[in-house]
Amino acid sequence: MLEHYLSLAVKAIFVENMALAFFLGMCSFLAVSKKVETALGLGAAVTFVLTVTAPLNNLIYNYLLKEGALTWLNPAWSGVDLSFVRFLAFIGSIAASVQIVEMTLDRYAPKLYSALGVFLPLIAVNCAILGGSLFMVERDYTFGESAVYGFGSGFGFLLAIVALAAIREKMVYSDVPPALRGLGITFLVTGLMAIAFMAFAGIQL
Amino acid sequence: MNAKQKSALLDPLFNDNPIAAQVLGICSALAVTTKLETSVVMSIAVIAVMSLSNLTISIIRNLIPSSIRIIVQLTVIASLVIVTDQVLQAFFFDISKQLSVFVGLIITNCIVMGRAEAYAMQNPPVDSLLDGLGNGLGYSLILIVVGFFRELIGSGKLFGVQVLPLVTDGGWYQPNGLFVLAPGAFFIIGILIWLLRTWKPELQED
Repeated sequence: MLEHYLSLAVKAIFVENMALAFFLGMCSFLAVSKKVETALGLGAAVTFVLTVTAPLNNLIYNYLLKEGALTWLNPAWSGVDLSFVRFLAFIGSIAASVQIVEMTLDRYAPKLYSALGVFLPLIAVNCAILGGSLFMVERDYTFGESAVYGFGSGFGFLLAIVALAAIREKMVYSDVPPALRGLGITFLVTGLMAIAFMAFAGIQL
Repeated sequence: MNAKQKSALLDPLFNDNPIAAQVLGICSALAVTTKLETSVVMSIAVIAVMSLSNLTISIIRNLIPSSIRIIVQLTVIASLVIVTDQVLQAFFFDISKQLSVFVGLIITNCIVMGRAEAYAMQNPPVDSLLDGLGNGLGYSLILIVVGFFRELIGSGKLFGVQVLPLVTDGGWYQPNGLFVLAPGAFFIIGILIWLLRTWKPELQED
């Protein structure tokens, strides 16, 4: 059992890295990766929100939305299938979790709060978070699996964004062609990082 | 069509392209560009959702209290995406399976929210519709170009039809598998941005 979870976590962190293999969370990935410190903060926030929302949405989906999920309330509702409103339900629970993280950070880590600025509320529309929940549904993860998957994919995002930020900090000293500066070169660097992460493909524990 | 409407429609194509200039909405859609067919379907879905969400939000913009506007915008967008997803599942089931979770991820595509917040909240419905359409087209342009090169270089096909005969089938073309994988998309976009910014130097960053 433990091995299964470990293998799932490794797969989520390295092999199926949210940012580098699925392009999820790209907006903030490119915009907040100028400094290692803020990248670390954003990565931690994303990891936390993903770890909370993936299992939460798993419960919502399995006990409220899935076909026949309402049977535990009333046996007559066993044919009710609400799975088409899952986009709305997931976004709602994600927005609420982000709000909680925002209030907590504002109270206990005001410095990080102001450094993250507008990108904290934007986590709510970070594709990596909603993507985590949607993949969870598509792959039929159980409650435990979805918690592990949420944490793993969040941590993978953290690793990728911190690595990119470190590279960009060093790149200040390089002479990049004017038209390639900023976004262009960041894409090329991300591509190279994606190749590096592909080396993990096929790892099984 | 007056000058303002024209610029709302045409600027996002090159001068103010959502991906290459505004750095928005790269998120959910690149994973679908391995094939031209899925890129085109995804583009149509994004254009539909963006123009309709801009239109809807612009119509109700004076009724939305500013403190809860994000939630209202998200609800409008999510409802439109649900409709799109259902239509795709009903009429294009195979493609809908290939797009998997990425149709749902249009909700969190920053470009849709971004235009709703930045344009539709301040402008009348027709202008907003055109702005949504223009940004959707600018976005599709990049998606389709990326999809074209990835399918052509990665597997020698276009729309699933073999254009370059593969070595394995007795032809001459040795497919470059890297372009089907994620890094290929990053490289193509990086190069596209490079070309666009060489052509239009005012977009360059310092």
